[in-house]
Amino acid sequence: MAIAIAPLFAGWIAQCRAWLQNRSAPPLLLPYRMLRKLFLKDVALATDASVLFRATPYVLFGTMVLAAAIIPSLVTDLPMARVADSIALVGLFATARVFLSLAAMDIGTAFGTLGARREMMVGFLAEPALLMVLFNAFLLYGSTSLPSLVDGYRTHPSIIDPSVIFAAVAFVMVALAENARIPIDNPSTHLELTMIHEAMLIEYSARHLALVEWASSLKLFNYACIGFALFMPWGIATHGSDGAGALLIAIAALMGKLVIAGAALALIESLSAKLRIFRAPEYLAMAFLLAVLGLLVHLLLGA
Amino acid sequence: MLLSANHWISGLAETLAVNDLHSLLLLVAAWMVLGFAGFLRPHSIRFVARFLFPAGAVLCLGVALLAGLFLASGHAPQLVVLPLGLPDLPFHIRLDVLSAFFLLLLGVAGAGISTFAAGYFRSGEGTAPALLGLEYHLFLASMAMVILADDAYLFMVAWETMALSSYFLVTSHHRIPEIRRAGFLYLIMAHVGAVCILLSFGVLQGGSWQFTFDAMRSAHFTPFWATTAFLLALLGFGAKAGLVPMHVWLPEAHPAAPSPVSAMMSGLMLKTAIYGILRISFDLLSIRFWQWGVLLLVLGLFSALFGAIFAAVQTDMKRLLAYSSIENVGLIFAGIGLAILFETSNMHLFAALALTAALVHSLNHALFKSLLFLTTGSVLHATKQRSLGKLGGLIRRMPWVASLALIGTLSIAGLPPLNGFVSEWLLLQSFLFTPQLPHAFLNMLIPLGAAVLALTVALAAYVMVKFYGVIFLGQPREASLVNAHDANWLERLGLIWLAVGCVLIGAFPQLALMASAPVTGKLLGETVRPGSTVWWIAPIAQEQASYSGLILLAGILSVVAITFVCVRLLAHGRIRRTDTWDCGYPWQTSRMQDTAEGFGQPIRHMFGTFFRMERDMPSASDTAPRYRIYIEDRLWRAIYLPISRGVQKLADGIGFLQGGRLSIYLLYSFLTLLGLLVFVL
Repeated sequence: MAIAIAPLFAGWIAQCRAWLQNRSAPPLLLPYRMLRKLFLKDVALATDASVLFRATPYVLFGTMVLAAAIIPSLVTDLPMARVADSIALVGLFATARVFLSLAAMDIGTAFGTLGARREMMVGFLAEPALLMVLFNAFLLYGSTSLPSLVDGYRTHPSIIDPSVIFAAVAFVMVALAENARIPIDNPSTHLELTMIHEAMLIEYSARHLALVEWASSLKLFNYACIGFALFMPWGIATHGSDGAGALLIAIAALMGKLVIAGAALALIESLSAKLRIFRAPEYLAMAFLLAVLGLLVHLLLGA
Repeated sequence: MLLSANHWISGLAETLAVNDLHSLLLLVAAWMVLGFAGFLRPHSIRFVARFLFPAGAVLCLGVALLAGLFLASGHAPQLVVLPLGLPDLPFHIRLDVLSAFFLLLLGVAGAGISTFAAGYFRSGEGTAPALLGLEYHLFLASMAMVILADDAYLFMVAWETMALSSYFLVTSHHRIPEIRRAGFLYLIMAHVGAVCILLSFGVLQGGSWQFTFDAMRSAHFTPFWATTAFLLALLGFGAKAGLVPMHVWLPEAHPAAPSPVSAMMSGLMLKTAIYGILRISFDLLSIRFWQWGVLLLVLGLFSALFGAIFAAVQTDMKRLLAYSSIENVGLIFAGIGLAILFETSNMHLFAALALTAALVHSLNHALFKSLLFLTTGSVLHATKQRSLGKLGGLIRRMPWVASLALIGTLSIAGLPPLNGFVSEWLLLQSFLFTPQLPHAFLNMLIPLGAAVLALTVALAAYVMVKFYGVIFLGQPREASLVNAHDANWLERLGLIWLAVGCVLIGAFPQLALMASAPVTGKLLGETVRPGSTVWWIAPIAQEQASYSGLILLAGILSVVAITFVCVRLLAHGRIRRTDTWDCGYPWQTSRMQDTAEGFGQPIRHMFGTFFRMERDMPSASDTAPRYRIYIEDRLWRAIYLPISRGVQKLADGIGFLQGGRLSIYLLYSFLTLLGLLVFVL
């Protein structure tokens, strides 16, 4: 399900962006056509590419699919949900990131390594902020596992804590950085000196590129779903709710949320300019501070 | 299933381990015999390396097996008094769960290292083979004795033997002045540490003048003396563990040693310091204070961050790993600090969680750090290069070493589903409960420690991507790398053993939790449950947090396999081999790749205040431009140089007494006698 929807979400964001920038929008299904085209092409593989380089697209895709199976986007009674809590999910994303960075270094071009270095830098700056957001959620609902968070929200819907707002803003900032979105990186850039994510993919082609692109859109989708589970868990079918009806509501709710989130993302991207890479630490430190503020607000109010 | 296995293991343990301790002592003695056996044919590298080292590895396995069985059987501590040593001071030896856990660690990692060493020592490493074998096995035996000792006297004897044998191992290549200097620094720090530990034992005997640990356990202390003993122990063991600011010897000595020895020092010897601090603070001292926990936590987290940042800017592969050891030891100390904090606040379950995290991380670090140090050994043998700037592209020449190093890299970077993640996850979980601590403000500040931890772990991933990427990936940076050869079969066997350990604990974290459960049970009276089923671990409650390495690993592998099959079925598999895309600039060479210095550049930029940097920048008109950067630890100038100057000055002052005139010396004796008379009367 998630595998199929994810490119649609990416297509929707591209469409919204185009509208906001007064361009004629690409068709909604363009990402699927791109994938099909890429799968049909011949792979042009650099002569020195090692096994690691060729295996990485599959590993990336595998981790992202697994993550999608763990995140409660529709129902909380997932069979895989107990496998990893949100901290382990962050770890899973880190695994994907490390693999992609290593693959980027494999060929030995200057751009690949540059991209790997920058991606890892953004990663280690984003992780503390993300962890503080999760800490916040833990303080509110006493759990780090996403289904329990959603259930916890359901049982105490009256909790409206100011810390949630701080945490939500911090989470959005981190999600933008982690998914190579505009203040940090530009997904549609082809100017070599400013690329991060695209620089790492520079040597990939055809079906490998297709898998990597698909994995990236899945990652974006996963982040969106984590955000929904943390801050907007409305409509997700929880434990004990009756089958088909609840599921239909959940699907409708997810679609609605995705549409809104995609439009919001496109709006943010259109309104902000890309930061210099040296400003990235400041941006992410800001996210971290917001998350910590949320934490302190919660503790001080609770005390 | 788990229960029946448990039952079966304890049944086996009953029959085998009637007297574990005697068999363990026999094994330790056998190590010493092996050490001396080398002198039968002192110059035959074949005899020493191919026969004695594998035998030592088998003994390691035996130690691990006995210790593991002891842990599983849940026996009461076993005691032996050996009539050795000084008259009236016999050796007291005791095997309890804490020693058994660390012996297990020693045996498991030691078996891999010894097997590797058997293949690694091919030509003399600057020292006669027999001498090397003696020092190596003495080192192993003394570490085991440190862990088994039950009186301060034997502990110090074993501790010093460990320091000395490792000093001689570090200086195997004693003809190189830098290595001699590194060894000397290590020797000084080891002795400063040993003096502190000795003083700590002096306080702990509490006026009874009984130096057995039993007497120390029953002694009572005022808060002042307990804290003094704890601080002295922290200084002593911290110096051995490489806790900042006592870390200066570590990045010098670990890279100087031959790789299997570096692996032993980093993977095993640092753990004896962890053992020591646990033994003193949780077993020998009956009272603890929360301030100790805060101190340990702050020192630990600072060391962790410090180590990670410095590792990121290193250009020597073994120095990089040494700094990464400082980072990992810092994490372990942070776990112990949290355990003390929770325990003094009567939150025993959370204390058990934090201590479990520290213990499991010790075990994990022993496995993956040994693995990585050993792979640098193989790389060093194959290429004769230690500098990252002269390596690259080895994954094509050394596929075995590269793939095993990848497992170590992913483990140490704390990535699921491998073992490094398990302990970091446990540590983060225990941080989550810190807001419940009953200290105002502290409960708000300590959660920020979790952010430091996350930063450190993510930085570790950065460091390891640099380590692996620069050594094994990319283009060879030197022409001679084309001739690099893969590791031989004994080396591979050792590496595989450790890598399997990493994967196994990653997939079955229950194993590590089960091994550490008796220890936390004994030290804190509380254990974390490995989980209600075999499939996942949920240390506090399943609703709160759960993690399953096995399902994660199986999940990733199966999705990868399914994707691969689908892609193969749906898309055609045509591949066209082409040149690397050159962006329209066809004169690219391998020297144009990002260097190790380049990869560390963002860290230098961001954490510039940590370093003292000197840079030579070429000007635009240079015909032969050279870029050089020299990075130094600020603490070296801030702490160590003033101390060494002070000692020099003091020595000069004392040298004044030695005037060289007989009459003055006679005057000294006369004055001393006079003083003594006054004192006596």
